[in-house]
Amino acid sequence: MKAVKLMAAMCALAAGMGAAQAQVSDDVVKIGILNDLSGPYADLAGMGSVIAARMAVEDYGGKVLGKTVEIVFADHQNKPDIASNIVNQWIDTEKVDVVSDVPTSSVALAVQEITKNKNRIHLNSTAASSDLTGSKCSPTGIHYTYDTYALANGTGTTLVKEGGDSWYFITADYAFGHALEKDTTAAVKAANGKIAGTVRHPFPGTTDFSSFLLQAQGSQAKVVAFANAGADTINSIKQAGEFGLVSGGQRLAGLLVFLSDVHSLGLKVAQGLVVTTGFYWDQNDETRAWSKKFGEKNNNRMPTMVQAGVYSSTMHYLKAVDAAKTDEAKAVVAKMKEMPINDFFAKNGKIREDGRMVHDMMLVQVKKPEESKGPYDYYKILRVIPGDEAFRPMKAEFGCPLVK
Amino acid sequence: MTNRASANGTTALYALLLVAALAAPFFLYPNFLMRAYCFALFACAFNLLLGYVGLLSFGHAAFFGFAAYVTGHSAKIWGLGPELSVILGALAGAVLGLVIGGIAIRRQGIYFAMITLALAQMLYFFCLQAPFTHGEDGIQAIPRGYLLGMFDLNNGLTMYYFVLGVFVLGFLLIQRTIHSPFGQILKAIRENEPRAISLGYNADRYKLLAFVISTTLSGVAGGLFALTFQIAALNNVHWHFSGEVVLMTLLGGMGTVLGPVVGAFLVAAIQQYLAAFGAWVSIFQGIIFVACVLLFRRGIVGEIIALLRPRGKAEAETVSVTPQVHEPARQGV
Amino acid sequence: MTVATIFGVPMNALFGQLMLGLINGAFYAMLSLGLALIFGMLNIINFAHGALYMMGAFVAYLLLEHAGIGYWPALILAPVVVGLFGMLIERLALKPLYKLDHLYGLLFTFGLALIIEGLFREFYGSSGQVYAPPPELTGGYNLGFMYLPIYRGWVVVASVIICLGTWLLIEKTKLGSYLRAATENPALVQAFGINVPAMITLTYGLGVALAAFAGVLAAPIYSVNPLMGSNLIIVVFAVVVIGGMGSILGSVVTGFMLGLLEGLTKVFYPEASSTVIFVVMAIVLLIKPAGLFGRAS
Repeated sequence: MKAVKLMAAMCALAAGMGAAQAQVSDDVVKIGILNDLSGPYADLAGMGSVIAARMAVEDYGGKVLGKTVEIVFADHQNKPDIASNIVNQWIDTEKVDVVSDVPTSSVALAVQEITKNKNRIHLNSTAASSDLTGSKCSPTGIHYTYDTYALANGTGTTLVKEGGDSWYFITADYAFGHALEKDTTAAVKAANGKIAGTVRHPFPGTTDFSSFLLQAQGSQAKVVAFANAGADTINSIKQAGEFGLVSGGQRLAGLLVFLSDVHSLGLKVAQGLVVTTGFYWDQNDETRAWSKKFGEKNNNRMPTMVQAGVYSSTMHYLKAVDAAKTDEAKAVVAKMKEMPINDFFAKNGKIREDGRMVHDMMLVQVKKPEESKGPYDYYKILRVIPGDEAFRPMKAEFGCPLVK
Repeated sequence: MTNRASANGTTALYALLLVAALAAPFFLYPNFLMRAYCFALFACAFNLLLGYVGLLSFGHAAFFGFAAYVTGHSAKIWGLGPELSVILGALAGAVLGLVIGGIAIRRQGIYFAMITLALAQMLYFFCLQAPFTHGEDGIQAIPRGYLLGMFDLNNGLTMYYFVLGVFVLGFLLIQRTIHSPFGQILKAIRENEPRAISLGYNADRYKLLAFVISTTLSGVAGGLFALTFQIAALNNVHWHFSGEVVLMTLLGGMGTVLGPVVGAFLVAAIQQYLAAFGAWVSIFQGIIFVACVLLFRRGIVGEIIALLRPRGKAEAETVSVTPQVHEPARQGV
Repeated sequence: MTVATIFGVPMNALFGQLMLGLINGAFYAMLSLGLALIFGMLNIINFAHGALYMMGAFVAYLLLEHAGIGYWPALILAPVVVGLFGMLIERLALKPLYKLDHLYGLLFTFGLALIIEGLFREFYGSSGQVYAPPPELTGGYNLGFMYLPIYRGWVVVASVIICLGTWLLIEKTKLGSYLRAATENPALVQAFGINVPAMITLTYGLGVALAAFAGVLAAPIYSVNPLMGSNLIIVVFAVVVIGGMGSILGSVVTGFMLGLLEGLTKVFYPEASSTVIFVVMAIVLLIKPAGLFGRAS
């Protein structure tokens, strides 16, 4: 499939550099999945998100307002300038109406800017920074599955209450890491904890966390928190084991941990980790049914919360286009904010004025190896956090001009 | 007589290209064209150093990328207009060129290349850490502003002509430099440095001046790039990008006038069309590098020139394509 | 529990970072050794060195994944495989470039690096494969003032042995003297009946094998990913320039020293840790342009 696309691209190149400028045509509704296909975030979203989006289009019937729905995808390699180039090209020459998924907060922010200026929808399921519904909000931007505030609130407050009142951060040095560190710091301090120190590691590209872990060890903080994600978190936790952080009495906090990460780590290493998540495949019959269908298309790998989010958000988008009778961005977003979301992913989910999709989150703990009955049976649900409690309240002070 | 004819031929070619460039945005994707112009200016500036002075700088991205940051910062944070921002970017390129050139110019050949590479890498790490560059996020949402307070650069067509205009100016400047007495001295230094020194020319100073001219124009290209794409990121100070400008020049034809422009357009095309495929861009570029080095050392334009001109003329008139680089004796173990 | 400190820095932090610095230094030393060998003998800047180091790690990973061949045999097999690959490249592509400007060799190896890394990135992604250290080397010792993982200690030991071994080979053995003679005066040595082109190919293969060996050593700690070489290679170039290009002993000593310096910087001024080596290079170039151990022309 990829080879065919590559051949097609080469032909375009040979035919002489460039498509003619085109107006946005209304003959097709195009959804562009932009994510990391080969780097540290390839497993938690990657091709799985593309599969989820395709499932949604198929389940919806493949057409909306009588026009076919097409899906394109691209690898942004976690670089904002590469992503900008792709999105500009998508909008200007390929009639893409929605840019979806988009992990990596620095990229998401760049995409938000472009879609705001060119009046297209940014349907973000995977990036984390709460700035997307704060100072960088957009009238056509929607932040679907989770954000740094929800994670910080869930995990941070819980761990402090359990006795972890001094924290040391190992942070990925870009928008996401900074946002996660900032929100968690606020939550920790609000619960009367202290911050013992913080260190930033380059992103992407760091595979050896030893020098940062050594500093965390030296700080003697009760909790060593990883404000990073994907392969970075996996490597950090594994290497923490190599250096004996846990046996030395410190507790590890993975602030953003996906099901795919726990799968890579293995329960022996990951057991006991407290995680805040927006979806778990084994929560109830409805989630199990959908996840089984997804797993069959995804090499028997169960969905992460963001992949489920891509399905749900795509479905909601298609419904909104039909309801709005147009694919013009602002009209569709108005409908998306008007209609509630009731599916396996969220019950009574609602998209607020600032673009934040509010739904119940879950506090889970990774099971011990003997407690698990099979692959991907990894979490026990500690409690459900109601949406209004989990997410940041909508107030003008957080910087979004859409909030009165 | 034949010189006149070929000069007329060249002028006609340039006129044709200019007309094509003026009409192009109505046929091709303007974003692609603007990217190509920025790269072309960068490659021409680089070629000044490689093809005419014989110095291979492997860290040239530092000047382009750093200027992009400076221009972005001055446009976004200081609110300066686009002309001022680009000028500041050019100045940044000049100052940085003076510093790096000052250290590196004492050495030649491979050593010069290695030193520029390492110093550029130092700058990369500086850009990674410095707060004003915002590290991995880069400077985003750079405003294009109003040119001279009058022309709204947010209009795609206006921006296109602005970029084209700056490119043409830069190109002409390079041409003037090459064909001036200064350019002749550079040529002499490249052909036989000891002799030039014996004639009383301070070779190092001339080389440094050429270096600074090159880096200043690279800075203009970088600043222009930042305004066009409204983002300044680490990619543009990374050594892979330094390698890309070498590729553009090599592919197009080192030491030819239009070679770098052709090379830049091709490399921009590869980036644009294979962007969604990530790793294939690198693989493709690597293959082209290898092919050029093993088989097409004269580059595309170089090969065309060799085909069009009778054999004797080709040797006499075209600039020597393999730079004569001097090397100190190999050091022992 | 009080923590002992030196200059206000907790002791286990200091020794821990120095240990990590020594390990980084071991990799710098091995890689710059290979580079210096190739440059000193063949006058080629081998830009593909980082990619070949990465291939060594990948070969070890693949041997385990697909053939069940473990770490210890891989330590020998991977360098041999990658070394042979290197010799093939030298025979086919580098030989024709010797009579040209040396810059073409540099540009060729640069292109080669792009191809190799791009291919691996395309097929394996860039987040890295896991390669576990052999059971004999897992675990660690709590030395009181710091915690030392056994594997990392082994890395330092292995690299010292290999560097010493290579130096002995080049300086003290007959084969080494042939290699040195062949590159210093090829025509004369050829006249004596020694196969000079083969000597040159062998030298390149040896340099490449050294890189691959470092790759296998790195696999358990740095995770096997296509970009592992490209992150290191520029630093290694700086090391070689500081040590004196072509000086084998110089590169090894400089490699270890710079690793230690980097470790120290991480303790006292972490923000500068990635630039300190380049700053040293700039200073050395201003004061002693031939490098610390190089001889001026």
